[in-house]
Amino acid sequence: MSVAKPLPHDSARGHVTGAARYVDDIPVPVGCLHLAFGLSEIAHGRVTEMDLSAVKSAPGVRLVLSPDNLIPMPDCSPSIHDEPLLGGPEVKYLGQPLFIVAATSHLAARRAARLAKVSYEKAPAILTIDDALAANSRFEDGPRIWARGDAEAAIASAPNMLEGQLEIGGQEHFYLEGQAAMALPQEGDDMLVHSSTQHPTEIQHKVAHALEVPMHAVRVETRRMGGGFGGKESQGNALAIACAMAARATGQPCKMRYDRDDDMMITGKRHDFRLGYRVGFDDDGRVQGIEFLHWARCGWAQDLSLPVADRAMLHADNAYWLPHVRIESHRMKTHTQSATAFRGFGGPQGMIGVERVMDHIAHHLGADPVEVRQRNYYSSEGSTTPYGQTVEDFELDGITEALLASSEYAARKQAVADWNAKNPVLKKGIGFSPVKFGISFTLTHLNQAGALVHVYQDGSIHMNHGGTEMGQGLFQKVSQVAASVFGVDPSVVKITATDTAKVPNTSATAASSGADLNGMAVKIACETLRTRIAEHLSEIHQADPATVQFADGQVRVGDRTISFSDAAKSAYEARISLSATGFYKTPKLAWDRIKGEGRPFFYFAYGAAVTEVVIDTLTGENRILRTDILHDAGNSLNPALDIGQVEGAYVQGAGWLTTEELVWDNDGRLRTHAPSTYKIPACSDRPDLFNVDLWNRENREETIYRSKAVGEPPFMLGISAFMALSDAVSACGDTYPDLQAPATAEQVLAAIGRAQR
Amino acid sequence: MSNKKVFKLTVNGEEQEFLAEPRELLIHTLRERLGKTGPHIGCETSHCGACTVTLNGKSVKSCTVFVAQADGAEITTIEGLGNPDNLHVLQESFKEHHGLQCGFCTPGMITRASKLLEENPNPTEQEVRFGMAGNICRCTGYQNIVKSILAAAAEMNAAKEAAE
Ligand code: FES
Ligand code: FES
Repeated sequence: MSVAKPLPHDSARGHVTGAARYVDDIPVPVGCLHLAFGLSEIAHGRVTEMDLSAVKSAPGVRLVLSPDNLIPMPDCSPSIHDEPLLGGPEVKYLGQPLFIVAATSHLAARRAARLAKVSYEKAPAILTIDDALAANSRFEDGPRIWARGDAEAAIASAPNMLEGQLEIGGQEHFYLEGQAAMALPQEGDDMLVHSSTQHPTEIQHKVAHALEVPMHAVRVETRRMGGGFGGKESQGNALAIACAMAARATGQPCKMRYDRDDDMMITGKRHDFRLGYRVGFDDDGRVQGIEFLHWARCGWAQDLSLPVADRAMLHADNAYWLPHVRIESHRMKTHTQSATAFRGFGGPQGMIGVERVMDHIAHHLGADPVEVRQRNYYSSEGSTTPYGQTVEDFELDGITEALLASSEYAARKQAVADWNAKNPVLKKGIGFSPVKFGISFTLTHLNQAGALVHVYQDGSIHMNHGGTEMGQGLFQKVSQVAASVFGVDPSVVKITATDTAKVPNTSATAASSGADLNGMAVKIACETLRTRIAEHLSEIHQADPATVQFADGQVRVGDRTISFSDAAKSAYEARISLSATGFYKTPKLAWDRIKGEGRPFFYFAYGAAVTEVVIDTLTGENRILRTDILHDAGNSLNPALDIGQVEGAYVQGAGWLTTEELVWDNDGRLRTHAPSTYKIPACSDRPDLFNVDLWNRENREETIYRSKAVGEPPFMLGISAFMALSDAVSACGDTYPDLQAPATAEQVLAAIGRAQR
Repeated sequence: MSNKKVFKLTVNGEEQEFLAEPRELLIHTLRERLGKTGPHIGCETSHCGACTVTLNGKSVKSCTVFVAQADGAEITTIEGLGNPDNLHVLQESFKEHHGLQCGFCTPGMITRASKLLEENPNPTEQEVRFGMAGNICRCTGYQNIVKSILAAAAEMNAAKEAAE
C-alpha cells in the first residue's frame, strides 16, 4: 500500500533541477504583452486628474487601461462586489491600482507606470483600529456576539479576576513566488488563463464576469504555486482579470507578475487584531467566566474578513472548557490593504487570546502555566465548545503528557530558573502551548470536491482533482491514494495540473482541507473504476467480483493473476468505460454563523509545542534555542510531508509573533514593503534544536484513510515561542510583562520595563 | 534610446553572445534571453536568494548583477548542476530528504549549497545554517534543507575518500 509512505514530493525532481514550471516560467508566445499597475499615492481621497499621456507614449507601451476606458469596471471581490479592479475617482488605500499598462516587456510596463501624473484631493484616512472605532467604520452593522451562560455574573462571583489587552500584528505571506497570471485569447470569446492561485474556479468566475461571457468560455489552469499560505486565495483575481481584459482588448497574450514591492503594497495580509479579555477564575486557575473582545483590522474591502473574524471567535476557546463565555467581534474597515486569508484564517488570532489568558492566570497565581492549562482542558465534565459543538476526540491529554516527557519539560524548567538566578543579562524562558484547530470550511457549501480519473488501455492512470498544489504535497498524497486503490506504484499515476475544464465548481484549496476533500473524491472515482474492472474480470473468469484483488501492479481473479495493464486493456476491449468522476462532501456539518451555533467542524486537529528562548535584557534581542513538537496528523498519509508541514508552519508562526513586523506610516504607506525591512525567519533563525514528531492515532471520523488535515494547525504551535518570551521577560521583574505581538526586540525591551515596574 | 552592446557569457559551459543594454539584470538575461528559468525571481533586491547562480566561482544573486558586470564570466545555474535524469548529489539529497515544499527557493538553495560545500566540504550544522542565511525559504522551516546539505556533504566526502 502506498498511502502512509514517506515518499518525496511528486515534483521534487523538477524542483531540484529547476525544471518545475511556475507561471513566470511558462514560455510566452510571440507578441505577449506584460502588464503593470499604476498605484495610488494616497490612502483616501479622490483622483482629481490623471494625465497618462507620458505613460502611453513611453517606449514599448501598447495599451493603457483606466477607469475611462474600462466600462463597466470589473470587480475582483470574492465576497460582495466591493473591489473594483481599478480605483478612482475614489481612492481607498495607498497602493490601490489606478490604471493598467501593457507593454512589450515587464520592465517597460513598470517604467511607464511611473510616468503618470496624478493629482489627488486628500481626505482624512482611517488607518488604525482606533481611527475606525472613532468613525464607526466597520463591516456588518455592528459587532457579532456569541455567548453561553452569563459571563459577567460568573466573572463577578469568581475569587480572582484579571483583565488585559493584546495587540497582535498582521503578517505578510511572502510566498516566495509573487502573484502571477497569464491570459491567452482563444477562438471566439474564449480565454485560457494560467494563474498562480489557490482558487482556479474563482479566477474563472471573476474573469468570465469581467469579460461578460459564461464560465464555460474561460479555462483556468494551475500546475503549482511557489507558496500560497492563503495569500493566493483571492489576491490573484486582480492580475488574472487585468490580463484577460488587456488580452481581450489587444487580441494578444498578456502576462502579469507583481514585482515584490508592488505585491506587498497591493495585496492583503493577515488581519492584525486587538484583543481584550476579562476573566474570572478559581484559586487553581480554572476559568469560571470569560469575556473576549476582538477588533480586526480588515482594510478597505470585505474580501474574506467575515469568515476570518468568525474563525477567530471559533478558536477563542482553543483547548479549554469555558463554562460562561461571551465573545464580541468587531470587523473594522480602514484605508489600508484589504486583509485576507492567511494560514489559520483568524484561528491564530483567536487562539493566542486564550493562551495569553492562561499565561496571565499562571503568573498571577504563581502556578505552572502547563498545569493551569491542563486544569482547563476539555474533559468529560466540560466538553462543549462555546458554539455548541461537542469535542469528541480530545487528544490533548495524551499529547501533552507525552510531549512534557519527551521534551523533559520539568527538568528544563528548573534549569531555566537556575540559569536566570545566575545570569543578570541573558534571561531564558520556556513556554508551552497546545492547539485544537477546527477542520472544515465554516461556509458549509464549500466542503465539497470533485475528481476525474482515467485509466488508459496501457494501464497508466491520469488523475485530476479540484485541489491546487502550493508545496504542501497535496498532489503526492492524493496520487498515493489513487495508487493504493489500484494497487500500483505511484509512478503509474500521472498528476495533472488543476484545470477548471476537467473538474468544475471547485472550492479554494484552503482551510487545510485539500487532502481531506480531494483525496476522498479521487478515492471514490478510483473505486468506481476498480469495481468496473473487477466486475469485468470476474465475469470472464467466473469469479466473485468481491474477491478480485489489486496489489503490486497485479490483479488477482480467482487463481489467475494478470498485470494491471493487461486488466486495463482487457476492460477497454470489452468496451468498459475507463473514465470516472468522483464527488465528496463532508458529512455531519450544520452551522448557523449568525447565532454562532452548531457543528461547523467535522473534527479537530491537535498538537502541542514546548519552546525555549533566550533574551538579551539590554537590547531585547532574542533567539529560539529549542523546540519540541508533537502533532496530530491522524493516520498520516505521508509522514515525511506532514512533518515538513509542521516544521514550516511552526517557523512561520514563530516568525509572525517575533520578527515579522508590518509598519504603516501616518499617511497609510506600508513602510515594510520588501524583505529588506520585513524580517522573515532565515536559516540561521531556526531553533538550534528542533524535535518534531507525529502523534499517530487514527482520526475517529471517517476521513481519507483516517488521516487529519495538517496545513494550518501547526502554525499555531508558534504561540509557544511567544509564551516562552513572556516567561523570559517575567524573569526580569514581578509585574506581569504584558508582552505585545510581534515580540520584536523593541517590544521585548518595553515588556522588560513593565515587568520591572 | 538604444545603447546596446555585445556581451559574451559562458553559461553552464555553453558560450552565449548577444546584444543587450548594459544595465540589463543578469537574472533577466538568464531567464528571458537564455531560457534558463531555473533561477527564480523572489524579490529582485538581493534578499531572498531565489536567483542565486555561481559567477566565476562565487555565489551571486543574479538579480543585482548587471549583465555588463558579468561580461566574459563563467556562470553556472541550477540547470548546469544536473538534470532530471542525472541528478547532482545535492539535488538527489534535497529530493530524498524533503528539502523542499513549493520548490521555488530550491534552485537558488542548491546552487548556493554547492558553493558552500566547495568552500567548506565538511561544515558543521551551525556553519550550514549561517552559510545559507542569505537564502530565504518560506515553506520548510529550513530543517530539511540543513539535513539535505549535511547528508550531501557526507556522501560527497565518502565518495572522495573511496576515490583516494
Ligand atoms: S530575486 Fe535575487 S535575491 Fe531575491
Ligand atoms: S520550498 Fe517554498 S520557499 Fe522554499
